[in-house]
Amino acid sequence: MSTLPVTPTQTAGPFFSIGLLDEVGTRHVLTQAETAGERIRIEGRVLDGDGLPVPDALVEIWQANAEGRYHHPVQQSELPQPPTFLGFGRSGTDEEGWYWFETIKPGSVPLALDQEQMQAPHISLTICARGLLNHLSTRLYFSDESANAGDVVLRCVPEERRTTLVASRIDQDQQVVYRFDIVLQGERETAFFQL
Amino acid sequence: MNQITIGDIVRGDREIFPPYLYTAYQSTRRRAPSLPLIEVPMTLSELTGPGVAISSVTAEDADLTRNAGTGGEAIGQRIIVTGRVLDEEGLPVPHALLEVWQANAAGRYLHKRDQWPGPLDPHFLGMGRCLTNTEGVYRFMTIRPGAYPWKNHHNAWRPAHIHFSLLGPTLRSRLVTQMYFPDDSLQPLDPIFNSVPTEAARQRLVASYDHEITESEWALGYRWDIVLPGSAGTPFENVEGQA
Repeated sequence: MSTLPVTPTQTAGPFFSIGLLDEVGTRHVLTQAETAGERIRIEGRVLDGDGLPVPDALVEIWQANAEGRYHHPVQQSELPQPPTFLGFGRSGTDEEGWYWFETIKPGSVPLALDQEQMQAPHISLTICARGLLNHLSTRLYFSDESANAGDVVLRCVPEERRTTLVASRIDQDQQVVYRFDIVLQGERETAFFQL
Repeated sequence: MNQITIGDIVRGDREIFPPYLYTAYQSTRRRAPSLPLIEVPMTLSELTGPGVAISSVTAEDADLTRNAGTGGEAIGQRIIVTGRVLDEEGLPVPHALLEVWQANAAGRYLHKRDQWPGPLDPHFLGMGRCLTNTEGVYRFMTIRPGAYPWKNHHNAWRPAHIHFSLLGPTLRSRLVTQMYFPDDSLQPLDPIFNSVPTEAARQRLVASYDHEITESEWALGYRWDIVLPGSAGTPFENVEGQA
């Protein structure tokens, strides 16, 4: 039972890079040489209700490793030792609204540890910015995954909005890139979660 | 003051969390989502998170008066900001990562987009990090930030505040917020502070002066406790379809 009221949110404002995007805080590249899995690049733009780039957004990602395990105490024993993939990324956006990560494609994870039902491979996203009084939560799915059709979370999203959560695969210069734009408002507005 | 439009899209409890659209804060107008948030089950993905695994923090990171790397000390009223990070059940959240950023004593941020004519302090970066200990306690040494002018409306000034980012045990417990100081006359005038819908919730963003924390001949003490969503002890009790 909840007994304490939680602390309210406030906007990250325009200057969060001071505290969150210094050398230690920035995490574009999630992989190291030993990390197992298919190398992919995630990139996209954050756009506002006028379709203009948001040059002062923060995008964080959280994902499982290629085996579908999270670097978290509940799955610690199932990770390679020492762990070779943390699964956390943090990127600012540039003047044109672009963010990017170099990571691996995550494996499927179960709904819960004691359930056999699996989710489609996905990456969780958190978005902060000036003008966002509360962060936004959503997920990125992969356009080349047939499991998307049965994914419990994706099926919560009205059908006409599901495509906003599916990153399109682009093979360029021998690199696999998934393009995922985050539209804060308006036409093709990204489906955000009550999380 | 002009009519304020308050949107009905809110992430979380409507008595606590600000709406995305709050037109008195101009930047919300083209950035607030306009479609309903999607109710989703809490799965393993939401009930895990990076907070526990991130530990790249040194003791110096928590002292903003001396972490600029210049060997000098920041100018301003030295303060200690400390408190506990708790879950909704009141249990301490150990090993949470706190990252803070703030203006200097003159109200100026060390950022290329902040160009108002307040002086910079060469010995102050305005950033700090620390982890909570096993009792959920965090502690920063810093200087009291000045009020900050912004262009939201005529003669707009932000009340003194420190930005806080927390990475707790789960994605659900992610928190980005601001801490304010007691007895600040700018708070009633500030649309960001007042976007929080209730007085009770707003007051939970305000630290209290605590003479027990104040150190003689050194620094004033402020206490600010933070409560994160969820339960640190049993983070998996809420998975849909589970007991």
